[in-house]
Amino acid sequence: MPAVPARSIDRGTLTTLLLEAIGLEEDADLEGDDSDTPLLELGYDSLALLQVVGRIEAEYGLLVPDTAINDSATLGSLLASLQSARQAEGMVW
Amino acid sequence: MTRVVGVNAGAYMGGAAGAGARAGVDADVDRGLELNGAPLPGGVALEDFDTGVLDEPDALAFPADFADEFDVARAVISGLGIAAPTGLGVEEYWQATLEGRSAIGLPTRFDVSAYPAKLAAEIPEFVARERVPGRLIRQTDRATQLGLVATGEALADAGLDLDRLPEFDVGVVTAASAGGIEFGQRELGHLWSKGKQFVSAYQSFAWFFAATAGQISIRHATRGPSGVLVTEQSGGIDALGQARRVVRKGTPVVISGSVDGGLCPWGWMGQLATGRLSTSVDPARAFRPFAADADGYVPGEGGAIVVVEDAESAQARGLGRGYGEIVGYAATFDPGPKSLERARLAGRPAPLPGLRRAAELALCDAGLRPEQVDVVFADAAGVPELDRIEAFMLRDLFGPYGVPVTAPKTMTGRLIGGGASLDVATALLALRDGVIPPTVNVGEPASEYELDLVTEARHRSLHTALVLARGYGGFNSALVVRS
Repeated sequence: MPAVPARSIDRGTLTTLLLEAIGLEEDADLEGDDSDTPLLELGYDSLALLQVVGRIEAEYGLLVPDTAINDSATLGSLLASLQSARQAEGMVW
Repeated sequence: MTRVVGVNAGAYMGGAAGAGARAGVDADVDRGLELNGAPLPGGVALEDFDTGVLDEPDALAFPADFADEFDVARAVISGLGIAAPTGLGVEEYWQATLEGRSAIGLPTRFDVSAYPAKLAAEIPEFVARERVPGRLIRQTDRATQLGLVATGEALADAGLDLDRLPEFDVGVVTAASAGGIEFGQRELGHLWSKGKQFVSAYQSFAWFFAATAGQISIRHATRGPSGVLVTEQSGGIDALGQARRVVRKGTPVVISGSVDGGLCPWGWMGQLATGRLSTSVDPARAFRPFAADADGYVPGEGGAIVVVEDAESAQARGLGRGYGEIVGYAATFDPGPKSLERARLAGRPAPLPGLRRAAELALCDAGLRPEQVDVVFADAAGVPELDRIEAFMLRDLFGPYGVPVTAPKTMTGRLIGGGASLDVATALLALRDGVIPPTVNVGEPASEYELDLVTEARHRSLHTALVLARGYGGFNSALVVRS
């Protein structure tokens, strides 16, 4: 499968991806000052974060470093990681 | 020799517990011998056990009530929750059942046209979003969602506020064919059509046998002994037998029973492989257990979740004996192919299927004689060879036309792990209201069976019900409930 051309992700898109991952797309509990609150504390489990990383690679062509996903990851830190993310390679089977 | 009957089958526990021996004596040298979850009186040795092979079933002693004799906790069922093709919710289901309304028809969620079996019983109009938090929907299969809904109903019915109970005082023991076959089907579709990044991370546990038990436990913050039994259609009874054991070991409340599913191509293939599905396209003729021309069964989805509670706890909450007590339980295996082959080579008669032993052992466990049983909820396989085994077993144990027999599952199809739990819930409703629900679509059972099959709702005073279940692969289970 060929790589998708890299596209940047803004804060709103990332928020939407996160909410979709946990099935709360109609709610919006990531607002305002939540940039620096660990996502785990906001109710995003580690599997949701894994899912988001997978989608970002597949749909936005960005390779998210493993270190971006950890217990203290926040919306802000994830956005920063994406700024410096490399182009994802084509899928390896 | 001290003959102890009603030896509780160990359970195949999924997950970390690993495979345990299902049939036989549950013995642990460090803790001493146990019988049905209770320590045995001193002086009873392992070799004193009759491990369930009854050479002369007619010579069975029916001992006094086990709970009395060994002074263990009694387990009653204090709450019911039902998710069935004929009704979502206890009273809706019960009304439909008494009226004999069947839900068998063409499946709507997948295309059956390429498969030899065409009919199923689906739960219609279930909108998860209206009944389950969005966060849980993303992580769970439909069967788990339905299980969560039934759990909510059962807890409310029992009047239990779990926040007021210590978290280790509540366990969860369910049965399953898998945790989420439909979920897995969808995610495998994503894998092969889009790629691995598109597979839900929640597939890692949504498919798993213990998914429903786990989600119930998480949602209701329970931390007592929990597990899941995987014994195909027997599972719905085996879970309740295990729940009773957990109660006897000191956990006052166990959320138990099973809601199962898998009406999708993957699940369909699994059931087709048994060779037992009806290929009829007429919903009124597809699942006709005990009919002379029975030709298989129809799969369905759903089941029942019940609250199994220490009788003293239920009594203290003003519930008396609840819907009834689990007074007897047993599980057996059918003889394996090697046993059959050895008998054949030796010129001996083939060993008997295990269903009769399960029924007898459950009655012995209950301290009841066959004539004290008011109604039997049959396994009702719908496959002639299996119907014959069950019908002749009932005739031998109860006498020709000796007990009313019914199979309300003729309206819901067979629900894999959920079916026998639903049968137990249905039996308890029958005891409550003094009415035996009908078996539909069969009409007259084959005359050679000499079976008193209940085909119209029958009103009478009922105190004791025997529920039977057989799981593909040789599982037999029997449960006796008494109001």
